[in-house]
Amino acid sequence: MRIVTVCGVGIGTSAILKTNAERALDRLMLEADVTASDVDGVAVAARDAQVILTSPELVDRVRAAVAGSHAEIVVVQNYFDVDEIASVLESSIG
Amino acid sequence: MPLPPLPDSAIAIAVDADDWRAAVRAAGSALAASGATTAAYSDRMIDVIEEFGAYVVVAPGLALAHARPGPEVHAEGISVVTLAHPVAFGHAHNDPVQVVVGLAVRNAEAHVASVAELANVFNDEGVVASIARASAPGEIRALLGAPDGPVHGGAEA
Repeated sequence: MRIVTVCGVGIGTSAILKTNAERALDRLMLEADVTASDVDGVAVAARDAQVILTSPELVDRVRAAVAGSHAEIVVVQNYFDVDEIASVLESSIG
Repeated sequence: MPLPPLPDSAIAIAVDADDWRAAVRAAGSALAASGATTAAYSDRMIDVIEEFGAYVVVAPGLALAHARPGPEVHAEGISVVTLAHPVAFGHAHNDPVQVVVGLAVRNAEAHVASVAELANVFNDEGVVASIARASAPGEIRALLGAPDGPVHGGAEA
């Protein structure tokens, strides 16, 4: 399984989301390859991904960028809340 | 991998910011003061928020201001600004912001490990409030687990 985390410029916030998504996957005992991307690169990065994690502010841009992709777009409010990330991941892939 | 050094020059405590731009600019001034970036990096960080919205407010009370790697960045660096009065960035859930962390990276690949270290720090949900209450740079360094000392690389890097 592949998961892509997205932020505006592909540094900082998407890397934090990647780190905490990996932590959430460990907690759920699921295996996935998690990649950080920016909005401009998400169409390529998410080509074979099942799940895209991003923030409420970016979700519309991400949805437009990956139009036609089968990946599920999941919104995370607090990037440091591993419980929240685990819960959204569990409901989308668990 | 530890965080980049966080010298006193990269820390500003109880800054009076009228709005989110002033708060981000304070984080940019601190990055410039430490030698990590040029003064123009502040504008790049503001551009990112104007372009993409307040997504940089990644947790309640905490903004992680950053811009793309570019000529404004001399060296990997972080800065920390605490606000005398919380400021709204326009985030639906995580406003108002009490702490702005400025982040400068030289390339998108190299920074992931040090940002992961920031994730370790802020996964403790009490730490934003503790940083907001800190009255000395040393307290903030200790809360973040960041080393003291000059930023690596310098202007020639």
